[in-house]
Amino acid sequence: MIVDTNVNISRWPFRRLAGDETPDLVARLRQRNVVQAWAGSFDGILHKDIGGVNARLAVECNTYGKGFLAPFGSINPKLPDWREDLRRCAQDHRMPGIRLHPNYHGYELKDPVFAELLHMAAASGLIVQLVVSMEDIRTQHPLMRVPPVDLSALAEVVKSQPSTRLILLNWWPALREQRIAPLADAGELYFDLSMVEGIEGVARLEEQLPPERVLFGSNFPLFYFEAALLKVQESGLPETRKTMLFEGNARRILPPKAA
Amino acid sequence: MFTRRSLLNSLVAGGASALLGGSRRLYAAQTAVRRFRIWDNHSHLHSAPGDTPEARMEVLIRCADRLGIERIVLSQGYSADLHPTRDQLREENDRVLRAVRRFPERAYGSVYLSPSFLDFSLQEFDRCVRDGPMVGIGELEADMRCNAPEMDPIVERAISMKAPILQHTWLKADGNLPGESTPYDLVELARRHPGANFICAHTGGDWERGIRIIRSTRNICAGIAGFDPTAGVVEMAVRELGPERVVYGSDVGGRSFASQLAKVMGADIPDSAKELVLGGNLRRLLTPALRAKGYQA
Repeated sequence: MIVDTNVNISRWPFRRLAGDETPDLVARLRQRNVVQAWAGSFDGILHKDIGGVNARLAVECNTYGKGFLAPFGSINPKLPDWREDLRRCAQDHRMPGIRLHPNYHGYELKDPVFAELLHMAAASGLIVQLVVSMEDIRTQHPLMRVPPVDLSALAEVVKSQPSTRLILLNWWPALREQRIAPLADAGELYFDLSMVEGIEGVARLEEQLPPERVLFGSNFPLFYFEAALLKVQESGLPETRKTMLFEGNARRILPPKAA
Repeated sequence: MFTRRSLLNSLVAGGASALLGGSRRLYAAQTAVRRFRIWDNHSHLHSAPGDTPEARMEVLIRCADRLGIERIVLSQGYSADLHPTRDQLREENDRVLRAVRRFPERAYGSVYLSPSFLDFSLQEFDRCVRDGPMVGIGELEADMRCNAPEMDPIVERAISMKAPILQHTWLKADGNLPGESTPYDLVELARRHPGANFICAHTGGDWERGIRIIRSTRNICAGIAGFDPTAGVVEMAVRELGPERVVYGSDVGGRSFASQLAKVMGADIPDSAKELVLGGNLRRLLTPALRAKGYQA
């Protein structure tokens, strides 16, 4: 069984994807032995009506994936009255977490608003997912070139917000291996494996981190789901570690009842 | 002694033990790769752990075994240097020869050349391919674009041995490096040499453009190695080029076998097309060179 911590509903702006209709997404994930998927919305990257994006996300997850899709609403702290979006995610939609795209929303992690957002999320019991990149900068649309989030300030911010539960998604292009361990030491940080690369990349990642800090994330449907799955197979991890990676680590962060 | 049957038997045994481990449904998806004969056209020793070519190759083969990959084509050795000297080219080819010699029934070598050193490259082709065990050219990734006339004698050598050419290509949104080839450059070269077979490495990276660029040049196949496992690439390539012009490769060790294999395993295409992309097409391209050397496909 798999808990996939990194999927998106709705439409990727630059191409149609197999699985970009929610019922189809759910069917494809179930077919691949996923028992729960933490879902953001592609719409949250560029839309300015974030309240509408999150309301649709909640409805789609409830309608087509009740108990299966766990909605993670988008928060853009550069929009007016973003704190109300956060309140709705926590109180109205009862979401388990939120998803951030600082590079698309135009702020740096040293901006005080990021620390405030982490503080408020923790106070509301929300998990925070920080999406470091969406695609290889070399292949982006020429009018839409967005570099990965600069993570150089992250450790300091996380140290100042010790109640934060933060998951980095699609982080590989910004970090590679050299700065992972210090980040993990800074607080309760987790790392998904969607963009991890290199021969036996997942096994090498687990040498850098406590094994409970690595989460299964596919970046589906933007990426082929099988990439994450086969990377675990290539890693040669023992069965106990695979079970933690596929399900146990995510369940510890988000127990089944809370989802 | 390695045989295809012994490999398949060991894979089936591995799959069965995984099933007995208690995750029956999980491994049903993973063992799907075992249905196919998988050959990887694009692999390197760089970024792999190990102090010797043999040690690095052991890591590659260990991972290939876990995924049911039967054979790999190896090139470039340790280096991804875009400006190799003559000595570097020779050293990297020697590393590939050593690595392949360690696993002669699992791997083939492909010679690393540079049109910047034409006479040397022709000698190196003769040493490694004509008179040696290697079966192809590339990945060519040197400081001169592949549409340069200096490439013509190299391609003629390849034609003489019916050896395929793996040519690095990219179309980077932030601009290619000086001398870095694009699929447009490869189309120019391929049209000058209709008797040669080319694999467009990375499909230009920006694959939605790369596939369109090579579409009408039928002696170019799309190589899907070495870029993110972005959903839809193999479906588009098969739709626009036909399944016989799409070739699986990984670009290990910078990439994983797994993420690149997923492009085919996760694609909404028939199993008959997957069989071609995963290995059938590469075996067809390599057959003349393999036969000439007495290798079994």
